[in-house]
Amino acid sequence: MIAGLRATTEGGADLVQLLTPEGERVHHPDFDIEVTPEELRGLYRDMVLIRRADREGNALQRQGQLGIWVPLLGQEAAQIGAGRAMKPHDMAFPSYREHGVAWCRGIDPTEILGIFRGTDHGSWDPLAARFHLYTIVIGNQCLNATGYAMGQRFQGKVGDDDGEATICFFGDGATSQGDVHEAMVWASVYDAPVVFYCQNNQWAISEPIERQTRVPLYQRASGYGFPGIRVDGNDVLACLAVSRWALDECRHGNGPVLIEAFTYRMDAHTTSDDPTRYRLSDELEAWKLKDPIERVRVHLVKQQWADQEFFDSVQADADELAARLRDFCVNMPTPGPERIFSEVYAQESPQVRAQRDEFLDYMAGFADAHAGGEH
Amino acid sequence: MAAPTVNERAVAPGEGRTPVQTVTMVKALNMGLRAALERDPKVVVMGEDVGKLGGVFRVTDGLQKDFGEQRVLDTPLAESGIIGTAIGLAIRGFRPVCEIQFDGFVFPGFDQIVSQLAKLHFRSQGRIKVPVVVRIPFGGGIGAVEHHSESPESYFAHTAGLRVVACSNPVDAYWMIQQAVESDDPVIFFEPKRRYYEKAQLDTTATPDPLFASRVLRQGGSVTVACYGPMVKTCLEAATAAAEDGVELEVVDLRTLSPLDLGPVIDSVRRTGRLVLASEAPSESSVTAEIAARVQQECFYSLEAPVLRVTGFDTPYPPSKLEEEFLPDLDRVLHAVDRSLAF
Ligand SMILES: Cc1ncc(C[n+]2csc(CCOP(=O)(O)OP(=O)(O)O)c2C)c(N)n1
Ligand SMILES: [Mg+2]
Repeated sequence: MIAGLRATTEGGADLVQLLTPEGERVHHPDFDIEVTPEELRGLYRDMVLIRRADREGNALQRQGQLGIWVPLLGQEAAQIGAGRAMKPHDMAFPSYREHGVAWCRGIDPTEILGIFRGTDHGSWDPLAARFHLYTIVIGNQCLNATGYAMGQRFQGKVGDDDGEATICFFGDGATSQGDVHEAMVWASVYDAPVVFYCQNNQWAISEPIERQTRVPLYQRASGYGFPGIRVDGNDVLACLAVSRWALDECRHGNGPVLIEAFTYRMDAHTTSDDPTRYRLSDELEAWKLKDPIERVRVHLVKQQWADQEFFDSVQADADELAARLRDFCVNMPTPGPERIFSEVYAQESPQVRAQRDEFLDYMAGFADAHAGGEH
Repeated sequence: MAAPTVNERAVAPGEGRTPVQTVTMVKALNMGLRAALERDPKVVVMGEDVGKLGGVFRVTDGLQKDFGEQRVLDTPLAESGIIGTAIGLAIRGFRPVCEIQFDGFVFPGFDQIVSQLAKLHFRSQGRIKVPVVVRIPFGGGIGAVEHHSESPESYFAHTAGLRVVACSNPVDAYWMIQQAVESDDPVIFFEPKRRYYEKAQLDTTATPDPLFASRVLRQGGSVTVACYGPMVKTCLEAATAAAEDGVELEVVDLRTLSPLDLGPVIDSVRRTGRLVLASEAPSESSVTAEIAARVQQECFYSLEAPVLRVTGFDTPYPPSKLEEEFLPDLDRVLHAVDRSLAF
């Protein structure tokens, strides 16, 4: 299939939208929410800041400070909407692009840098943050999220407003993985309180969505026996409303729910990727008009909910965040070689310990040689 | 008339290319796949991003354009699907060449490989052949994130019914991929991704070595060093360095990990009395463990020192800033050589 201006630029009649690309507030019979000016300003700020952090990540990779960066550009609304819908005791299982959700979980963007710089696999505490480690093997986390949600139910944490829920993030490409299918089977037969949150950004590296499915992804949910909703993934209000509803359904014991956030990957798959090899720029241009941040800005202005001072202060915060990220990144310590051998098992392995000791001795031999000691 | 095999006919028909050229391993693999696709219409290439993009390493660059979407398939994102449908295609008479994007992503397809691919010939009493090739870029050293630097070869070598090979240089890559396609047994084909851009002179009219044969790359009488894939270059460099100190290493590129072709290793160890094995994979229950066991059995009276191994540690592959420490390097190979000589 030649990727050009595809049918997938439009989300279709079922698309839940509350804020049009032109910044017009529209209403939806099932998923309407009211937000205060302050809330909307907050969502705007979240999106501007995480985009700025994302662009800084890209720049740091280009300058050799990071090995790779996985951009979220274009998916700010999909992630901030879902992330802000979560309650503190809800749990999230991300894939690897969810910097915006991490932000909402109180994870500072500096805590993500190590993954891409190669110093760690994520430096936050997944249990304390209720935000699991990034999962790179496509689809794996969906089963893990489902099991976690089963546990929430088995422990009686589901059933009322104070109930818990789990939300699992994955891409359009991931929907082809057996693990994702199995997760939906498990979740349905165990009534697991899990929201399957698929960010359909239309591409899995070079493969367009048509390579993964004949039907719109949200429609797959009916085959598993739970609701599936397609939301405008570039509309932060709609993402917030639908995610909040879905999480509430789960916490009340009516899960699972599938959400397809219909969006677009505005940048390369990662900094290693060259999208000019497989997609045309008109598609990108069409999606630029649906920018998730711009529509909120327009709406804030139209409603006179924000003035120039506000926009300037958000910009200043964004610049400060970027500078802080950069500073943190270039000064990040590299762990010592003992990290290779640590925490492999809960109960320390004598074999691994012996390998560590032998290797550290061996390394010390070099240090001695450099210090002019024995050769 | 059956199409000539790669061993019978070196140059693919209808090609006016110059026989000797300087190529990278990526280019060599690309040329080998192209030759295989040209030679046999039953050959299909399949995997994630192998078509329009040409693969994330560009190994399949241009193949879909020239052979069409039915011979070079951009598959849905599912490794069990890739291997499982390749098996079905093979049952139907095709010869699929599957690409797994990175070593760490073969595991969703592991069940199909171990349960079906490896066993169908046996289960069907030889009635079903499954000539599937599974190409896996493997090993570390490229500064990647998790799951992109692993060396899972031992899992496959441990499984009866699979053949497992690893190329170490562009010339072998060119020939071995074609020979793997022609194998009636399934072949797990490991490509050392950190050597993808190494160059060599490729003569496409030459006669290749057999696929399932190891090869002595450098002769020497002091210590035998056997290795494969990405470690071959490291060991050859170690041999050059050792020679300056008057230590002559005999370097064997194993090339085939299952079946092992240990004849050249055993012959060598009978002369040197010493063996160092080098591999990026963790040592526990590994290919190097198998070789050590067999060599001590075959060469017991010739050995002057225990068989030593230089390997990755028995830990998960570390974050990439630590991979230089994890990966066996020239110094660690020489250190093992010294220890062997000190016995
Ligand atoms: C099991 C597995 N196979 C292959 C890959 C390589 N890979 C990384 S991202 C990706 C595409 C994912 O697409 P999608 O699910 O749409 O998520 P997106 O990257 O678009 O957010 C692939 C094939 C992987 N990480 N894991
Ligand atoms: Mg995608």
